[in-house]
Amino acid sequence: MSELVSNKKVGAYHHMVFSVGEIASVAKPGNFVAIAVGGESSQLVLRRAFAIYRTFDRGSSAGLLEIVVAPHGAGSIWLTNQVPGTKIDLIAPLGNAFGIPTEPVRALLVGGGYGSAPLFGLSEVLKNRGCRVDMVLGASTAMKIYAPLDGKRSVSSLTITTEDGSTGTAGKVTDVLPEIIAASQVDIIYSCGPMGMLEAINKIAVDFNIVHQCSIEESMACGIGVCMTCVLPIKGEDGVIRMLRSCIDGPVVDAETVIWDSKRSIPEGTWGAN
Amino acid sequence: MFNYRTNLGQAEFENPIFTASGCAGSGKELSQFFNLTELGAVVTKSIMLKPRSGRATPRMAETPSGMLNSIGLQGPGIDQFLETDIPWLREQGATIVVSIAGESTEDYAVLARKLRAVPGLAALEVNISCPNVENRGQVFACHPATARAAIEAVRRNIGGELPIIAKLTPDVTSIVEIAQEVVAAGADAIALINTVLGMVIDTTTMRPKLAGKTGGLSGPAIRPIAVRAIYQVHEALPQVRILGMGGVSSGLDAFELILAGASAVSVGTATFGNPTAVIKIKEELKNELIEHGFDSLREAVGYAHRSEGNLI
Repeated sequence: MSELVSNKKVGAYHHMVFSVGEIASVAKPGNFVAIAVGGESSQLVLRRAFAIYRTFDRGSSAGLLEIVVAPHGAGSIWLTNQVPGTKIDLIAPLGNAFGIPTEPVRALLVGGGYGSAPLFGLSEVLKNRGCRVDMVLGASTAMKIYAPLDGKRSVSSLTITTEDGSTGTAGKVTDVLPEIIAASQVDIIYSCGPMGMLEAINKIAVDFNIVHQCSIEESMACGIGVCMTCVLPIKGEDGVIRMLRSCIDGPVVDAETVIWDSKRSIPEGTWGAN
Repeated sequence: MFNYRTNLGQAEFENPIFTASGCAGSGKELSQFFNLTELGAVVTKSIMLKPRSGRATPRMAETPSGMLNSIGLQGPGIDQFLETDIPWLREQGATIVVSIAGESTEDYAVLARKLRAVPGLAALEVNISCPNVENRGQVFACHPATARAAIEAVRRNIGGELPIIAKLTPDVTSIVEIAQEVVAAGADAIALINTVLGMVIDTTTMRPKLAGKTGGLSGPAIRPIAVRAIYQVHEALPQVRILGMGGVSSGLDAFELILAGASAVSVGTATFGNPTAVIKIKEELKNELIEHGFDSLREAVGYAHRSEGNLI
């Protein structure tokens, strides 16, 4: 069990901090945490998965883990209602991490809504490697942009888009990407957000011939690889499409390998399709 | 000294808490959390003849005290399974129950032939009740004749002493009738229950939430159905051992299934919420049994069936 240290409302979201001990020293940007919700007598049987916003390794017993939660369902609402001092049952770090280039490259980080959360930890790692980091964050409205001040310090430029124009450029992240990519000569795109957004970013990445790593989100029951609910079709190096688990083989995947247009069907030629 | 040992047919187990097929893969992922030898048995995910992609996503919807899944038996097929998963499990020293599923009676016969010479298996679970197949007509356990044919095919081809556990669905008019058929066909024990067929409609999109439309309901929501099915089958066939499952998430839940007539209990959906649930339940059930004055697990099996004059 991990103690909830802080729970603060930030715009439409909650920034939550947990005391997690040694977990903080092994978590990497891109990893996620699975949290039991609802308490002892809950009718909610499954954990909720959240991308790790960042961790602070302060020695073995004092590590902190932070997440950004959008309260929209019974589980996330329960979680955001918890007060500091509450013991929370969490499992972390889970899943893979963003791949970090060995050379100092020019990186573009694109986040949708609270999908910006894991990108700030990533930008710090990239900056420490000598990378130039540009960031684009988009949401439907200003309240749903998550961009804390200390997070902004790690990026060279930050562009914000909102669909209602309440802050930043009116429109979607994909409306501003081509110009930024051309101006900054981007080598790699990292993204996190809704699947539709990731797919749209991927089209641009393919057009510009840029490597694109995205953190995907499929509904998940276990988070540890046993339930097989969070799969998505991914083309392997051998050209074969397989239904891979986003909790184990992801959540970070090479966007170009994802079969994006397979919504609610198994793509033709998938290994074991019947 | 409390005796926790149990048996299903001729197969003996150190303790009665197993994983449930489809809820623990082949044990590898859970072995990060505990030693697989602590389990009564690892029941592997139902394996089919050929590799299988499973159904499209979304495959999961959480429901009150449960969840609906439509995985559709995604897996590598029996050949790769025998090459990689079984040797690995054997290396771990795990007690292995292999679960198989087929699309035809012939599939079950071929699967049994491929498994008959495999060393180190404790028992074979014959899943004839997966609800996530395209054609509901393939749910062998829904009809006495098809249930019987599938189990007969395995019995004829498995050879030797390997006990057969027939896994049944509660989605039938008379579970006792199906149980009697599979026992007559050569099943040594019965696994009760598979998931219950259900559906969730997304009220935003106003369409079925799962890509496969229907799915199998599991979790605490179905526990009373499991208790009922186990009770009915144990009453009709008291000599046949039952591997009980359905919404068990505590030792007390497992105790309820034991009282109804289960000789062993599989833990499924609880593992999704808590990877170490099986270990917790194993300890809790033992404590429950001791606290209720039982000297062995076997004494408690079917204890709810005793006559009124026999109260302790």
